[in-house]
Amino acid sequence: MKIDIILAGVGGQGILSIATIVGYAAVKRGMYMKQAEVHGMSQRGGDVQSHFRLSDHEIASDLIPMGKADMIISVEPMESLRYLPWLNPETGWLITNSQPFINIPNYPDVDKLNATLDGLKNKVVIDADKIASELGSARSANMVILGAASPYLQLPFEEIEAAVRENFARKGDDVVNTNIACLRAGREFAEKMK
Amino acid sequence: MAKTLFLGDEAVAQAALDAGLSGVYAYPGTPSTEITEFIQNSKQGREGQVHSIWAGNEKTAMESAIGMSYAGKRAMVCMKHVGLNVAADPFMNSSITGANGGLVVVVADDPSMHSSQDEQDSRFFGKFALIPFYEPSNQQEAYDITYAAFEYSEKYHTPVLIRLTTRLSHSRAGVERKEARSQNPLHIEENPKQFILLPANARVHYRTLLGKQEAFENESLNSPFNKYIDGADKKMGIIASGIAYNYLMENFENHQCPYPVLKISQYPLPSKLIAKMVDECETVLVAEEGYPFIEEQVRGILNRTGNIIGRLSGALPRDGELNPNLIAKALGLPDTYGMPVPELVVPRPPALCVGCPHIDSYLAINEAMAEHGKGKVFADIGCYTLGALPPYNAIYTTVDMGASITMAKGAADAGLRPVLAVIGDSTFTHSGMTSLLDCVYENTPVTVMILDNSTTGMTGGQDSHALGVLGEICKGLGVKEEHIHRITPLKKDHEANVELIKKELAYEGVSVIIPTRECIQTLSRRMKKQQAAKKANS
Repeated sequence: MKIDIILAGVGGQGILSIATIVGYAAVKRGMYMKQAEVHGMSQRGGDVQSHFRLSDHEIASDLIPMGKADMIISVEPMESLRYLPWLNPETGWLITNSQPFINIPNYPDVDKLNATLDGLKNKVVIDADKIASELGSARSANMVILGAASPYLQLPFEEIEAAVRENFARKGDDVVNTNIACLRAGREFAEKMK
Repeated sequence: MAKTLFLGDEAVAQAALDAGLSGVYAYPGTPSTEITEFIQNSKQGREGQVHSIWAGNEKTAMESAIGMSYAGKRAMVCMKHVGLNVAADPFMNSSITGANGGLVVVVADDPSMHSSQDEQDSRFFGKFALIPFYEPSNQQEAYDITYAAFEYSEKYHTPVLIRLTTRLSHSRAGVERKEARSQNPLHIEENPKQFILLPANARVHYRTLLGKQEAFENESLNSPFNKYIDGADKKMGIIASGIAYNYLMENFENHQCPYPVLKISQYPLPSKLIAKMVDECETVLVAEEGYPFIEEQVRGILNRTGNIIGRLSGALPRDGELNPNLIAKALGLPDTYGMPVPELVVPRPPALCVGCPHIDSYLAINEAMAEHGKGKVFADIGCYTLGALPPYNAIYTTVDMGASITMAKGAADAGLRPVLAVIGDSTFTHSGMTSLLDCVYENTPVTVMILDNSTTGMTGGQDSHALGVLGEICKGLGVKEEHIHRITPLKKDHEANVELIKKELAYEGVSVIIPTRECIQTLSRRMKKQQAAKKANS
């Protein structure tokens, strides 16, 4: 089994916490993992991406070859499209937040953006900000996205849940429970889309 | 032993700790920063009282490390590639003094210039200094090589260079650790002439260094980090160094390449292994991250045979990072591609944060400079370099750490008036102080704005040597007190700030204006911590 994921977003949106959680679950299963991150200048509100690879076998490259990624998981809709050259055009899934993050003057027309996302074959577009806010923590939109991606991750959902608990444990039960609720809400949404 | 997930940088740091490190010396610089930060945050480092406080710049870092090596302990210096330019003087001369305690220099190159002004390849510096150097291909090797590098350094009394690249520095994977070794005891170099580079001594040391070259190459020949992997198909042979080896192997099922492969992670180059490959293969592809360092040596400038291909021949791009697809194309394998990027996707360049004090400084600068026309603001390296982008378009130069002040000086010497230099607090103490001294010495008409956000912002908020002492430093360097001003870069002070800048621009001498307000990132982190502490107490 191998899972190659491009994580995408804008610097400061915290795409890496998704990787930390999935990585924890995968490594616990004894899988190999490689994760190339972006640090430095681009983190200042620019586009950021992470190549995140899991496999039963040793992984050679830190970068995913183009056209071979199984998933794009994005916390921002325009950013999700930037990495289409990496996504497997037949079997790849794109999971993205629908809420745009607009910090540039020439951000594309949102209707056109949505139409472009609609035109893709395998996608889950979810308003993670709204769902997370309704559940009491706008900052947990990440976990909604992770929940929405979870049906395609080939990892048992209980193990992802356990990794979320582990990741937030030191912040107390309230934080853990909110994040688990967000994770489940995201998953439920994606299951309905299937 | 169970594996731990480490960034390449962190693997280097953990290996150094496990190898009995006594001190790390560094100035922050992407992609090398996380090495020192890991040691600063490590329990093992604290318990062992491993020195890990940031240095003023890469040169002082290198010199401190040489001093620690002189005293018999194991020392490591870390920097980004351009930092080695700053440290070049002590670095080059450390090859002549040699090392007493293990001395390891870690330099992280940035091919594709993700966060840098050039993509220079530090392997040239290793060859230039005639010292052994390494180029790990993955995180485990980053660990194993760093551990081995200290042994090597002490065995041959030589500094050793480790070259990382961005992808390895900032990529995470499982790493197996070795047993931790204790630190060296204090043990001053026994030869009283070893570290005195008077010409008479240096000539002797230099010959000693030249005499070690054969042994260094033998070490490379027998190194566990260099491998000749035979392949049945001799139409092609591949020399792959560092992380390029992984990109190569990615292209083959179960990482089985049909061609002979020479994996290089330790230098000087093992010429016997290279000769074997060139002799038995029709064509040799050289895949290396950075400059065509190996390719140029193997083919020679005359390129008589024409069968060595790589970045110079055009088989691979001459610049930028490699990736698995580029290697596939060079091997004649089918290229893969997903879907094109839709046209509506636009670039999202990095930008100054909302609430950043530099924004207010640039708004004031732009207004004060408006009447003087374009091209007269000289800037430096840091977050404020983003002032080059819209909507500010406020600066016209960025070359190297500290260059803002001295370039402004040169332009003023040429007759340009008025000139303004913009530099950050940490960059100023890194390399701007001597520049300011040059201006003071000649009373050059320059206005220097030291944007004091009380941190080294671009690399993530490391402590700044300038904290709270900038005014004193400028006074000490000879700037007249009435021309040193602290201002607050806030909207409500905008008019007053513009007036002050205008007044000092009109002064035919050196003035320093220090807009002072904490970085919004470190401020918000500090507030969060305070709130958490309050919550814990209540």
